[in-house]
Amino acid sequence: MISLTSPVRTRAHDWPAGLKLAALCVATVLLFKAQNLWVHAGAFAGMLALYHLPGPVFFRAGLRALKVLWPFVVMLAIYHLVTWTPYAGGVILLRMVTAVGLATLVTMTTQLSDLIAVVRWLATPLRAVGLKTTYLETAIALVIRFTPVLLAKGTKLIDAWRARSPRRPGWRIILPFTVLALDDADHIAEALRARGGFDAMET
Amino acid sequence: MEKNVTLIALFAALVAALGLIPQIALPFGVPITAQSLGIMLCGTVLGAKRGALSVLLFLLLVALGLPLLAGGRGGLGVFTSPTAGFLVGFPIAAFVTGLITETWRKGSLAVSAGVASVIGGIVVLYLFGISGFALVTGKTMGEATVVMAAFIPGDILKAAIAGMLTAALAKARPASVLSRA
Repeated sequence: MISLTSPVRTRAHDWPAGLKLAALCVATVLLFKAQNLWVHAGAFAGMLALYHLPGPVFFRAGLRALKVLWPFVVMLAIYHLVTWTPYAGGVILLRMVTAVGLATLVTMTTQLSDLIAVVRWLATPLRAVGLKTTYLETAIALVIRFTPVLLAKGTKLIDAWRARSPRRPGWRIILPFTVLALDDADHIAEALRARGGFDAMET
Repeated sequence: MEKNVTLIALFAALVAALGLIPQIALPFGVPITAQSLGIMLCGTVLGAKRGALSVLLFLLLVALGLPLLAGGRGGLGVFTSPTAGFLVGFPIAAFVTGLITETWRKGSLAVSAGVASVIGGIVVLYLFGISGFALVTGKTMGEATVVMAAFIPGDILKAAIAGMLTAALAKARPASVLSRA
């Protein structure tokens, strides 16, 4: 699978994940409050500078991650040129790209395990009132483990279809695909119960 | 309890896998990614509460930086992008779809699950999606609706398919279709 994290280790990797997330929240709120074009131009330049700091490899990976925005950029640019509202268009475009860029920066420079630790910390009040967060933690692990498994099974179903039909694989293969997922869920539940289930897990 | 958790987790993985497998053809040959179909199925198969939990789990992992959205997108950036409204609407869409499937028990499951998918997976979802698009791109609701309207016909087909699939799943694995358990 494609990785959204940075190909190089940066200094920002060592900063606390919770702090980065909090800073991102503040920055996003401020971006959506500001209406001045020059403020947005400054924020945009600042965002680009941050992408430049860790070096060219990081910068290119960042640009790749932001490429998904270009259809929106083109569409909005055409709209604001046709209606001749360049100032509003500039604010909207810069704000959108900066907001997505900053958020992507946090994703690129934070390890999955650090983010999961933040989720666990956020769930502390739930544990304090006696709720078990083991369910959530097990579920996270299961999704990470079984998405590639299901993806492989789905690809095999599509291959099986292609071996038998000249047409494109149709929506009908979603039925066996979903049945496979339901059966996997059954088997995993059984395996968990056989090992003592959630009661046996430490909270 | 174990089965609830594994079903919720596996459906979250299914939503991800449906968005990542090569495109599938709808009737009339329209190629689509099946991710929003996955959201509908969460509601029609798992029911309101578990369906919404499954979608929330999926979104949590997207936010944590896994590239699980259609086209391999993910990370925190997608929550500030023009399509962020759809992500906010996903769990609510699954909840509404599940609620209607659970309460409307008369007649064929294919019909009630299909109608539930139209109301939850299209009406509710687009309400959030269009609001989000209007907010991020600074457009009016009307303009945002015009942009998004192009995707509605494909989604109506997906809702019909979700209805048929739910009925077929209820026959194939009745114990796992929790919306009717």
